[in-house]
Amino acid sequence: MHTENLTEILRQHPFLAGLSETHMQVLIGCASNVRFAEGAPLIHEGEIANKFYLVRAGRIALETDVNARGKIRIQTVGPGDVLGWSWLISPYRWHFNALAVADVRAVALDGECLRKKCEDDRDFGYEMLSRFSQVMERRLEATRIQLLDLYTTDPGARV
Amino acid sequence: MVILESTELNQLLEGLTSRGYLLIGPTVRSGAIVYDEIHSAEDLPRGVGDDQLPARYSLRHRGDAMFFGYGVGPVSWKKYLYPPRLTMFRATRAGKGFTIAPGETEPRPRAAFIGVRPCELNGIFIQDKVFTGGPYVDGAYKKARDNAFIVAVNCTESGANCFCASMGTGPGATKGFDVSLTEVLQGERHYFTAEAGSPRGEEVLGALSARDATEQEEKAGLDAVARAGSSQVKRMDVCDLPQLLSDNFENARWDDVAKRCLACTNCTMVCPTCFCSTVEDATDLTGVHAERSRRWDSCFTMDFTKVAGGNIRPSTRARYRQWLTHKLSNWMGQFGTLGCVGCGRCITWCPSGIDLTAEVDAIRGNGVHA
Amino acid sequence: MTHETVHAPAASREGVRLYPVTVKKVIWETDDTFTLQIDLGALGDTFSFLPGQFNMLYVFGLGEAAISISSDASESGTLAHTIHRVGTVTSGLAQVKRGDVIGLRGPFGTGWPITAARGKDVCIVAGGIGLAPLRPVMYAMLQERTAFERIILLYGARSPLDILYRVELEEWAKEHNVEVLVTVDRGDSSWKGYIGVVTTLFSYIKLDARATVGYLCGPETMMKYTIDEMGRRGLAEDQIYLSMERNMKCAVGFCGHCQYGPEFICKDGPVFALPRIRHLLDRKEL
Repeated sequence: MHTENLTEILRQHPFLAGLSETHMQVLIGCASNVRFAEGAPLIHEGEIANKFYLVRAGRIALETDVNARGKIRIQTVGPGDVLGWSWLISPYRWHFNALAVADVRAVALDGECLRKKCEDDRDFGYEMLSRFSQVMERRLEATRIQLLDLYTTDPGARV
Repeated sequence: MVILESTELNQLLEGLTSRGYLLIGPTVRSGAIVYDEIHSAEDLPRGVGDDQLPARYSLRHRGDAMFFGYGVGPVSWKKYLYPPRLTMFRATRAGKGFTIAPGETEPRPRAAFIGVRPCELNGIFIQDKVFTGGPYVDGAYKKARDNAFIVAVNCTESGANCFCASMGTGPGATKGFDVSLTEVLQGERHYFTAEAGSPRGEEVLGALSARDATEQEEKAGLDAVARAGSSQVKRMDVCDLPQLLSDNFENARWDDVAKRCLACTNCTMVCPTCFCSTVEDATDLTGVHAERSRRWDSCFTMDFTKVAGGNIRPSTRARYRQWLTHKLSNWMGQFGTLGCVGCGRCITWCPSGIDLTAEVDAIRGNGVHA
Repeated sequence: MTHETVHAPAASREGVRLYPVTVKKVIWETDDTFTLQIDLGALGDTFSFLPGQFNMLYVFGLGEAAISISSDASESGTLAHTIHRVGTVTSGLAQVKRGDVIGLRGPFGTGWPITAARGKDVCIVAGGIGLAPLRPVMYAMLQERTAFERIILLYGARSPLDILYRVELEEWAKEHNVEVLVTVDRGDSSWKGYIGVVTTLFSYIKLDARATVGYLCGPETMMKYTIDEMGRRGLAEDQIYLSMERNMKCAVGFCGHCQYGPEFICKDGPVFALPRIRHLLDRKEL
């Protein structure tokens, strides 16, 4: 892929809206286009987290194995979303499995490389952290609402 | 305005019974003034007086012969216009389905209400709006209401819990009655000034051939009513009251009153305007006959706001707030008036003696003002 | 704006007249939610309703439940109600079979203001059984599809097994140019759709805030979060309508149970324009 195409793609992604040109160049150096066919795994629980993904098309499900209940899918991310921040937070390991549930086009960013750049350039590091914080906050709020189990059909549900 | 001597009061009552009215009036029962069936003026509690304070009610001997020398008791006229229990329909299984028949098979007799106080009259006007003023009409209420002949009695004394003057609902009635009476007892003289307020009132009063009141007699009556008004100790400050309560949904006073309120529902039972009800469906043992009845309910009960998934108002705090805010705030938006007539019953019959005029003052004192 | 409302047929102006109606069909949508298709019989000549209105359904000797109408308002003679079995009366309704007779009173309440949506995009957000009172407005809009611009349905269900009207959802998407996004709170490994609360779906559609009308129905908490999300995306409050729910007994504004602040949900609602009740939504234990 030409670097210019990648630049355009990154500029249009909502996660990077308003990112300065300098910082954009830092990212581009660690970016690559990726595709995953429906059913293909992206992330394995427990493995080292050295990537994150800016999703352009398709859908990715986070999944985990719950004893006796089998595989439960607890969240999806779609176009315009970002997947993965464990590369930024020690011990840099994935906590879930993730797989494509529809054909996925995304930009993969090299986490290990970017982590180093964050340490070298604190401004860049702050930029990354503040963007991810916003994503985490939205994700946490949504997860909390999910926890409320608002559609529960149990008439006796007290909590 | 005409005069009925105290000995002539019964002629008025006889005039009503001869026209087929069932007389309902004040009687003494279980130590309280209760509206029940009466047959003549002799059944009225002559010489009975009452003392009402927060959480206190007692009757006493007045030492005179006043027919109406007491205030309102725990029973209001809503008992007769909007009965505590009403069968709404009866259903009978028929094949796969069922047939429906009216619940009330016997027509209720036309009633003459003897001794409706101005506050109570206003309570009736308010319930008129609730049950007949909207897109749906409660037929049973309308029928009872249209048939009810109202003999209003203006108050010449106020109780300690009365605040009708500040509510603009008394102590004198200006309209909406068929006949109104003001009882005057001065030395040797004991009479009623009487006036008709409707065509049928004119007809009944006219048939008595009573003489016109003199200016003095009329004035004596009006003065007595005025004194009753000016002697009231309690008052409700109605200035911007709906807005005040709407703006103070989280006022600390609600926590305070919640400590005192027992959610016993007395206030809603004795209040002449409270109208909440519930329906009960029941079958007989064979399962062939079913009946739906309506009965009085209260927003203070735990069940009142049950929805699938829980109860909207589990705390007493929320329920007391709902009652007061409905009566003094939401009611205005719903029906164009406040829902309180200043009769003071809720103060008398509250076991904790909660005084809603004081609660309003407290919220005004510490609350948010727009 | 003033709401479109039709009242119960003149013969039952008192609101207490019950009509026996026959159940034509029972469809189990999920393991605790079912749809009753009702033959109105003689009542069919006079009965009409607006999408968003509800009926009181009566089970002989047990009582009544307030159930939104979830069928096509243009079809006279039949009615459908999707019911969640959760209490005594709804459990009684759950035992009803084809040919059985139940009682019906209605219709009651205010409907979705379809006129307000003409020429605009419509974003319907449904949570759980909240899709049932919205189905009639979808039918009505699809009958004049060109009167509306984009029609978007964001639907959140508890799990894939709890999704209502699956076949129709597909049909609306495929044949009627409706953007249907369905999400669940959690799924198993056979679910390939969205997973997450219904508000997360907003990031996948681009709303034109100035020309979109919102219709919301679901648990109150879900609707509050949805209103916040719509606000974040620029929708003005007067473009949003929601269907509220309270304990309903008489359905005609006499029993007092359904009061929500000064509003009687049975006659001032259940559909409200957001500005009218905005200040009430944040009040706890109202």
